Amino acid sequence: MTTQRHNFDTQPFLLEELPPVARFSLRVRSANRGALEGALGLELPDLVGHRSTRGQAEVLCLGPDEWMILTPEADRDALVSVAASAYMQIPHSLVEVSDREITLRLSGPQALTALTAGCPRDIDAIPVGRGARTLFDNATVVLWRDGPQDFRMNVWRSFVPHVRAILDKVMAELKSGL
Amino acid sequence: MLLIQCPYCDEALPELEFAYAGEAHIARPADPSALSDEEWRDFLFIRTNTRGPHFERWRHIHGCGQFFNAVRDTVSDRFLMTYKAGEPRPVLNALEAAE
Repeated sequence: MTTQRHNFDTQPFLLEELPPVARFSLRVRSANRGALEGALGLELPDLVGHRSTRGQAEVLCLGPDEWMILTPEADRDALVSVAASAYMQIPHSLVEVSDREITLRLSGPQALTALTAGCPRDIDAIPVGRGARTLFDNATVVLWRDGPQDFRMNVWRSFVPHVRAILDKVMAELKSGL
Repeated sequence: MLLIQCPYCDEALPELEFAYAGEAHIARPADPSALSDEEWRDFLFIRTNTRGPHFERWRHIHGCGQFFNAVRDTVSDRFLMTYKAGEPRPVLNALEAAE
């Protein structure tokens, strides 16, 4: 009988809970998109999954008329007041959803493998610098791909224990070489 | 896993992200109170129940959130095509010829 030696990854991926940011859900008809871009000073990409950055604000296009905006908490009130003053000319809906979600960051050599445990979508096919709303097990999540093995995942807060439990199990399996 | 082409995301994505939403191209009567009970029953409940290509609505609920229409073969579960909501019903013969 031979003795097998294994070199399993002791840290297959790193799971962090990121500090709170201000999150907004923006809905606007495509006819008013250009005008609202000018009013808010943000670029609203018109293709689903595309992202843009302006200063510290990040925008992800979730649907043909839906965007997710992330800004530092200090800029929250400024964005709300700018949008409110433009509302009469450019009808839209800007809803703050900061408290609804928690952002998890997955990074490390097997972060992609860990995500495939819960996401039915082909994660590897999402180009770096894009994002998508998708499923993780049965929780709807918004996934941001920041690098080949660097992801952020916005999870509705009531689903976080469930998502973390799955990722912890995946972590244990990857560490033991399963 | 069954992949469904979302016409809004322009990508073939796993079935789990989608939800079925009944038969397509059924217009709600403009004046429901003018209908007889039978006509109202037909609008609410009577569907074609096709064996073969079926026009149906789907929603990309765990993605872009949009409703769209699809032509699916109910025998083979194969999607012949998907198209945006509001577009006219495609001609079946042309679809079958393209197969």
